[in-house]
Amino acid sequence: MSGVLDVIAWFLLVVGALLSLSAGVALIRFPDLLSRMHAATKPQVLGLLLVLIGCALRLRDAVDITTLLLVAVFSMATAPVAAHMIGRAAYRAGQARADLLVVDELADADDKR
Amino acid sequence: MKGGRWRDRCIAALGLTGIWVLLWGSFSALTFVGGLIIAVIVLVVFPLPAVTYAGRIHPLGTLRFLGRFLTDMVVASFQVVRLAFSFGHVPTSAIVAVKLRAPSDLGLTMTAEALSLVPGSLIVDVDRKKGVLYVHVLEVKSAEQAEQFKEDVLELERRIIRAFGSPAERRIIEEVPA
Repeated sequence: MSGVLDVIAWFLLVVGALLSLSAGVALIRFPDLLSRMHAATKPQVLGLLLVLIGCALRLRDAVDITTLLLVAVFSMATAPVAAHMIGRAAYRAGQARADLLVVDELADADDKR
Repeated sequence: MKGGRWRDRCIAALGLTGIWVLLWGSFSALTFVGGLIIAVIVLVVFPLPAVTYAGRIHPLGTLRFLGRFLTDMVVASFQVVRLAFSFGHVPTSAIVAVKLRAPSDLGLTMTAEALSLVPGSLIVDVDRKKGVLYVHVLEVKSAEQAEQFKEDVLELERRIIRAFGSPAERRIIEEVPA
């Protein structure tokens, strides 16, 4: 039983790490700040969740699992806020590359709040 | 109104106590009472803005929302991965304005959070008064795709309101077509 759990944990940890790696690659490769924010905040959320589940399966200790649960909850609650603040600041500072945008309906909004 | 305010405070106190107990990692009378005392102190010292929650949690709607949310997240994560490794391809994107049909503060926040957690969409700006979300979408090639994305957002809002919404919001969602 514990052997099976170890294998699942191993698998989840590797997949989570690969997702984080791909986030890093995307961060370097994507053309402008707004698309980079997608890479910086998202695949990594799923990657982090998988790593946390993998750790929970490996540790199997109530004290550790509750802490991991808190890490998951707070990172999911805060990652979108951070992405939004940086994205918003970048757009207002004119860092969004207009040539890469097919549609930009924020530019048409009368007052950019 | 007054009763609702107290109910909100009690829920907040219980939530904070829950976090405290999780931080200790063990449930005992000491951690529970200690957490409750600290939660009350925190709520008195840092009063929360009045977020009124008029809805009820519907178990079936919640399950449906969570299931769809997790699948979206996994699928979209791997799309971003594919995009990251497709060398020589420069992804184009779009910023679309989506007007939500039932924009309560909480509904707006939850829709924005759920959208942001799924890769490929990022909230750039929010117009709280009009209930408009400005979403940056990755890998959009045409205006039609942008329109399609708007419908997806409205579908997401519908799922969230079916899971957590108030009866009034539910009525709007069922009456106004997407």
